[in-house]
Amino acid sequence: MALKQVSPTDEFIKGLWRENPVFIQVLGMCPALAVSNTAINALAMGLATTFVLLMAGLSVSLLRNFIPREARIVSYICIIATFVTCVDYAIMAISIELHRALGAFIALIVVNCLILGRSEAFASKHNPGRAMLDALGMGVGFTVALFFIGVLREILGSGTLFGVDMFPDGFQTWTVMVLPSGGFFAMAMWLLVVNWIRQREANAEKEGDDRAGEVAS
Amino acid sequence: MNDPGYWSIFLNAALINNFVLAYFLGICPFFGVSAKLETAVRMSGAVGFVMLVASVCAFGINLILEAINAPYLRIISYILVISSTVQLVEMLMRKLSPPTFRALGIFLPLITTNCAILGLALFQTNKGYGFTQAIVYALGAGAGFALALVLMAGIREKLDLADVPELFKGTAAALVVAGILSMGFMGFAGLGR
Amino acid sequence: MNAPAPIEQKRTSAWSMYRSIVGIGAFCALLIVTVFEATAERIADNKARFLSNAVAEVLPASRSTAEVTLDADGALVAAAEPADLPVFLGYGAEGELVGAVITAQGMGYADNIRILYAYSFERQAIVGFKVLESKETPGLGDKVEIEPHFLANFEALDARLNEDGTALANAIVTVKEGEKTEPWQLDGITGATITSDAIGAILHQGSSAWLPVLERDGRLFQPALSVEE
Repeated sequence: MALKQVSPTDEFIKGLWRENPVFIQVLGMCPALAVSNTAINALAMGLATTFVLLMAGLSVSLLRNFIPREARIVSYICIIATFVTCVDYAIMAISIELHRALGAFIALIVVNCLILGRSEAFASKHNPGRAMLDALGMGVGFTVALFFIGVLREILGSGTLFGVDMFPDGFQTWTVMVLPSGGFFAMAMWLLVVNWIRQREANAEKEGDDRAGEVAS
Repeated sequence: MNDPGYWSIFLNAALINNFVLAYFLGICPFFGVSAKLETAVRMSGAVGFVMLVASVCAFGINLILEAINAPYLRIISYILVISSTVQLVEMLMRKLSPPTFRALGIFLPLITTNCAILGLALFQTNKGYGFTQAIVYALGAGAGFALALVLMAGIREKLDLADVPELFKGTAAALVVAGILSMGFMGFAGLGR
Repeated sequence: MNAPAPIEQKRTSAWSMYRSIVGIGAFCALLIVTVFEATAERIADNKARFLSNAVAEVLPASRSTAEVTLDADGALVAAAEPADLPVFLGYGAEGELVGAVITAQGMGYADNIRILYAYSFERQAIVGFKVLESKETPGLGDKVEIEPHFLANFEALDARLNEDGTALANAIVTVKEGEKTEPWQLDGITGATITSDAIGAILHQGSSAWLPVLERDGRLFQPALSVEE
């Protein structure tokens, strides 16, 4: 694998854009859509998930030679569920209001495919440092994506951002954006933006290749 | 009204607060297998079945946890017990009824750790449902999931034939369809009273 | 990769599987219990503060509260532990009874609505109201929380009991916006008909269940006062 030596920064950066969990891999959609009706909820959810991702990545990576292959899934689920329980109580201790707003969706971090996926595909094969970097990248990518969806929904749906009014009084809010269907629409809008940027990137690359080809011939 | 009737619980879970379209639970299989109608039907059968099993399990676990006063074990025990029970059922099914297994079995491992299943278990505990109420809730949730999935599959089969702009293809189009379906389901609100 | 995971050649022995699962189980149990213990106090604090803030909001005159419940004979007694739908008696600065705060819930437009409201013994009326939990449509159903003319209902919503004190003298109902004629009617909200109707029904149900008992036993009740900040 010496050929594909990935630099530590790359390990981190890939989660932000190239392998962004929400927009590119379309993982962990359930919390991404359910609690992104305000920016602050989205941010809290993203941070909670990042924490679980980090801790699960660290533990799985540390224990990777200790856990037999046959028992790995159950071990991972056990570890993840533990950290989710911890986060659940931590959030309750920080703010009951926030806990009420997020509701059962904190507990549902357990079944966020992103976390199990990263534990299985990455942390179980890499050393703790690498695993943490990867988890951090993925977590930040997830948080940023959630935050973007949350901002879009809150601005359009309630006319506020972090509870502060954004528009003059006459603004008619798009109530649909804070309703469940708004989650689907907001996500679709961001996907379009992402697809568009990626297409432009791909085209630019292709053009670059073509030009290089011409020069060579 | 503290003790809603069975019909109201069923309607609530199936239509008004549809698991997929209002709570976004079980989105992964929703987008994953809704491309073809037949798979969608089978998948919903499997999900409904697992929901029933999970609901019964969750009810039992909750009784035990309350008896030993250990609410902090809820998340971990729900997920572990539900997934192992489903695996047991899967083995039994393979042994006892191969045709059922062929129809539903391949989906079972996929959905044990699905958010809809754990969500159902947690919601029924939060709402404090009794045994029969929990069963009705699970049936409603299963029916709602099936309805959403089958509708979605039907639409997506047609959408394949439509001329969709390049950028929109795939997940973005599916998301918009789901959003419109979700808006449609909002019309059911108020039925539960 | 610098340190590739060793590829298992032979089947893992049952012993090592047990060892790892028990090991992880112990590690997880330790962690959960530690966090639970560390946060338990703050969580209890937070919950109590959340509730007492809400109580203070609906019944500003109260300085201290006592949670009450019914015993097996239907008499009013102090609650041993917080109930799912708690009911409180509120006392003023000199320990005089100023009112009761009742939690009630019922089906709204989209999902359960849970409310907290205050009853004044002196005026025999509902004098404060707050939504604790609702998933009503934003911009329509949630107007019950902000619409001034709806909240004005709770300046004094008549909740007198009948002569033998067994039930409400007049059923609390929601009427169409602007058609309120009697003090026990709730002036509804156009565009949030079902939600405002539901609030009326929840109030009626909660009051029918609690007010007769509170009126009968409330004044005689000897509280062990818990002082709020």
